[in-house]
Formats: sequence, C-alpha cells, structure tokens
Amino acid sequence: MTSLTMPIVDGWTIARRNTLKIRRSPDLLGAAIMFPIVFVLMFAYVFGSVIDIPGMSYKEFLIPGIFVQAVIIGAQTTGYTLTLDLQKGIYDRFRSLPMAPSAVLIGQTVSDLLMNLSSLVVMAAMGLVVGWRVHSSPGEAVLGFGLLLLFAYAFSWVTATVALALRTPESFNNVATMVSFPLMFISNAYLDSSKLPTPLRVIAEWNPISTFTQAARELFGNTSSALRTSDAWPMQHAIPASLLWIVVLLVVFVPLATRLYKKTVSA
Amino acid sequence: MSDAITAEGLVKRYGEVKALDGLSFSVPQGTVLAVLGPNGAGKTTTVRVLTTLLRPDEGRAVVAGYDVVDDAMRLRAHIGLSGQYAAVDEHLTGAENLEMVGRLYHLGAKRSKARARELLERFDLVEAGDRPVKGYSGGMRRRIDLAGALVADPPVLFMDEPTTGLDPRARNALWNTIAELVAGGTTLLLTTQYMDEAERLADDVLVVDHGRAIARGTTDALKDQVGGNRVEVSVTEPGELDTAREALAWFAVGAMQTDPESLRLTVPVTDGAEALRQILGRLADTGVRVRDAGLRRPTLDDVYLTLTGRQASGADTKAEEAAR
Repeated sequence: MTSLTMPIVDGWTIARRNTLKIRRSPDLLGAAIMFPIVFVLMFAYVFGSVIDIPGMSYKEFLIPGIFVQAVIIGAQTTGYTLTLDLQKGIYDRFRSLPMAPSAVLIGQTVSDLLMNLSSLVVMAAMGLVVGWRVHSSPGEAVLGFGLLLLFAYAFSWVTATVALALRTPESFNNVATMVSFPLMFISNAYLDSSKLPTPLRVIAEWNPISTFTQAARELFGNTSSALRTSDAWPMQHAIPASLLWIVVLLVVFVPLATRLYKKTVSA
Repeated sequence: MSDAITAEGLVKRYGEVKALDGLSFSVPQGTVLAVLGPNGAGKTTTVRVLTTLLRPDEGRAVVAGYDVVDDAMRLRAHIGLSGQYAAVDEHLTGAENLEMVGRLYHLGAKRSKARARELLERFDLVEAGDRPVKGYSGGMRRRIDLAGALVADPPVLFMDEPTTGLDPRARNALWNTIAELVAGGTTLLLTTQYMDEAERLADDVLVVDHGRAIARGTTDALKDQVGGNRVEVSVTEPGELDTAREALAWFAVGAMQTDPESLRLTVPVTDGAEALRQILGRLADTGVRVRDAGLRRPTLDDVYLTLTGRQASGADTKAEEAAR
C-alpha cells in the first residue's frame, strides 16, 4: 500500500468503527438528531407565534438557521468522541499498528460527516412537516445541502483541535457550550438581526453563523424582498463568503489538529 | 541464537525526571523476559519506546531487526502490544474489534474476518464475540486485548502488566494462555510488579529501578545471587514481634523484614537448618511463643528487597495469601 492510499483505506476502517459506535450510542445520536427536532418545534411554534418576518412565514425563515445550528452541534461530536477515546488506551493500540497516523482524524471526521448528513435529512423532513418549503431549483437546493455538509466537515476539524487541546470530555463540553450558544444566538439564525442594537448587530453581521444561514436561505429560496439584507460584505456575498470560511477553517485547523494529535498521543 | 530485542543506553526525560536513565538489555529470540520493578521504575516507558509509541531522547533500540525510530512504520507490522489498560473499543463487539485491528494491519477484509473468528475460538470468547465489549468481565477484556495483539501473528510481543487488577482466578487463566502462546516460539517482553508472574512465565528477569537495569538473570540465578536462606517465624502477640526482632538480630546476615499484620519476621541466614534450630532455641529462652516457623529459599521478593531496598508491591498480596 502506498503512502497516498493508506490514509484513505485506514481512514475508512476507522470511519466504519465510528459508525458502528454511533449506532450503538443512543446519547450521541440523540444529541445529533433529537436536539434539532426539539429546536424546530420549539422555535417554530413558540417564537413563530410572536416573531414576525416581513413577507414570509417565520418557519421558512427559521429552518435554514436550524440547519446551521444542527451542523454546529453535530460537528461537536468529533471533539467529544476524541476526548472520550483519549481517556482510554485505544490510541496506543492504533499507534502500535502499521496504519497511517492521519487515519484516526480522517476517519473520525468522515464518520461524523455521515452522521451530520443523516441528521440534516431528519431535520429537512421535520421542516417539511412544519411547513418549510424549498422555493429554489432542485440544483440550488442540492448546493445548499452540499454547502452545509462542507461546513460540517470543516467545523469537525475545529472541534477536534479544541478537544485535543483540552483533552477531557467535561472541559470540552463546557467550552463548546459556552462558545457555541452565544455564537448561535447573536446571529440571524433565529431572528431578523437588523433589529438588534448596533454592537450586537455588527457582531451578528460578521458572525460566520449568519453568513452560512444567509447562504442557505438564498440557496433554498427562503428569502423575502421585504426583508432587507444587511450591507455587510459577508451578508451581501453569503455564498462565496461561506466557501471562503470553509477553506480558511480547513487550511488552519486540519494541520493544527493533526499536529496536536501527534503531540497529545505521544506524551 | 540472535536477539529479537536489543536496547542500548535508552534515555527518556520528562522535564527533570528521567523515566529511563541509560537502560540497556537484550532478549534472545523465542524467550520471555519479565521486566520487574515498582511503579515509576520505567517499565511502561520501556514498552512504549520499544513499540514505537515514544521516541527515546538518547540511545537506540532494535526490535525484530527494525530500528524503533528510523524504521518505526515497518516495525509495527512485526509486533503486537497488549497494554495495561485494555485497549479495545467498548461499543464494538469482540469480533468487530479484532476485525478492525486486522484491517489496520492490512490483512484485507476477508482474512481479518477469518482471523477474528480464529482468535475468538482460541481465547474462548466465541459466545461473547458478538456482544459489545462493554459487557465483558475484566478477564475477558484482557483476553480480547491480548487477542488484538496477536491478530497479525507477530514474532515479538509486548505486554504491559497483563494481569494487574485481575482476580486470582482470571490471572491464572491468563497465565495459562500466555504460557501456551510462548511455547509456540514467540518472543515476549512483559512488565510486571508480581514476582509470581515473573517466576511463572519468564525465562529471564530484568529488575529495573529509577530507569536503570539493576539485575538480570534467571529467577534461580537471581535468588542465588542474593544467597543463603530465609527463616520465617510467626509470633503469637504483636508485642512479641519487637522482642523477637531484638533477640534474632545476631543471626541475620542482611536486613530483617517484619510484617506486623501477619506477625511474621523474616531473617536472612547463611547456615539454614542449624540457624533455624538455634533461632527456635533463642526464642524459647526469651519467652516468645512461636506460632509457626520454617526455612525457605529466597524468593524474588527477597531478591527485589535486597536489590532496591524496597518491597515489591506484589508482596502485599503474597503476604495476605500466606496469612490465610
């Protein structure tokens, strides 16, 4: 086996292992699928009865934001699983085998991508049930899901990096919650961010969550001419800005996570 | 016979602490070496260096003909590691664990599956093989971990404290398994804190302390090196232990050991039977009531105590067993 094919073959073996694990861990699946379902229902019917979005139903406005939120929560599985594995001896076993060292992180992120995909499918179905509709072409809709999955994959590497730096499941969960909740709420995912007070509005405009939400809304056709889009560059060019974010995240965090993995497991 | 493992001047530092401090030894092909030492002596670090998990700061080591640093990747195809903490995935079944390891050794899907079944049979795990490891007992976990080390049928095996934490029955069962395994000609390096484990499994014992080798030889040779015999006396009352100790100081050719729990005193002597007779006489004169007395050859515990000045942690359990 060559040094080029080995990471792929071994990565696939690790991904299979993780997929089996996910199927047997109701807590992981629950977090990835139940959470978004609860959020869809809660926001659609609680916030939806109060919040008024000009020119469109709140549910259509909301669902792309919930997709992004599901990706943020789903990608945390990568980091969380890594910290759990770090507590056990399994990485010693892996490192004593003639496998590609990079396969562990590749396999982990790939299996979590598959999980994110299934979670998006569940949520899209849930969205259709509560009244969400795609108003763009099928091609654009596919691009929309593709963009979300790319973001999920890139964000998995971010959570992997954080996990390898923190090492314990408890501290990872604390940091993940403390960072992701403000990030999700100070954005346009659940409400029209142009109505926020100025400092929060500026944060929301440049928040990548808003960028991805805006891009998803455009690709699914969940926009309204009555709703004014912010003038900030990432909001005006949400799709290229999203792609740029994905590239930046991958370029920064893939090497960083790989280096941290080597350092962490060989201590 | 050529050496399956050679280590020359291995040094590994953790900040100020030297986990390995110039450790050198070799293991001839097809033999079993027990690396014996207390916690923190450098046993686990030794295994981690030899299995490529850790780079030594100084020195070099060759395992199965491959340098552990320069040829690490190729070496990994020729070794098996079974760790102190069973390195298996709890959520996978025993069979899935072994199959995954087979794939990572690049045996291919079909052979990995077949090999997993073979090993489950050999380790008496056929019934449990399709259940997640989560529900396994401690002994079963160790067995599946050991099976994982054997997937590629490697010529050199490493086991880091294979029976630590197991109950006596499970430990005995695992010893039988390991003994069968090495009878087939596999080279094995195992670390242990238990004297009886080294005695049972190893051809040779390497005693390490503070990251250095302080003695090496067969268990018999090490006992001879310490020399003489031991007289063991158990007294009736705790208060008599000190009296006996004072009375017998004259006979001891080395440090005496007292065990307040079993009220036992161990006296190293030169002239065995004569010393025992005189000791009993002396104790009778001082009014100490002897509950039990005997003469024995030095054990590895004595070797260990003499060499390191400390009692091996495995001695506690032995003392308990003897007290029963």
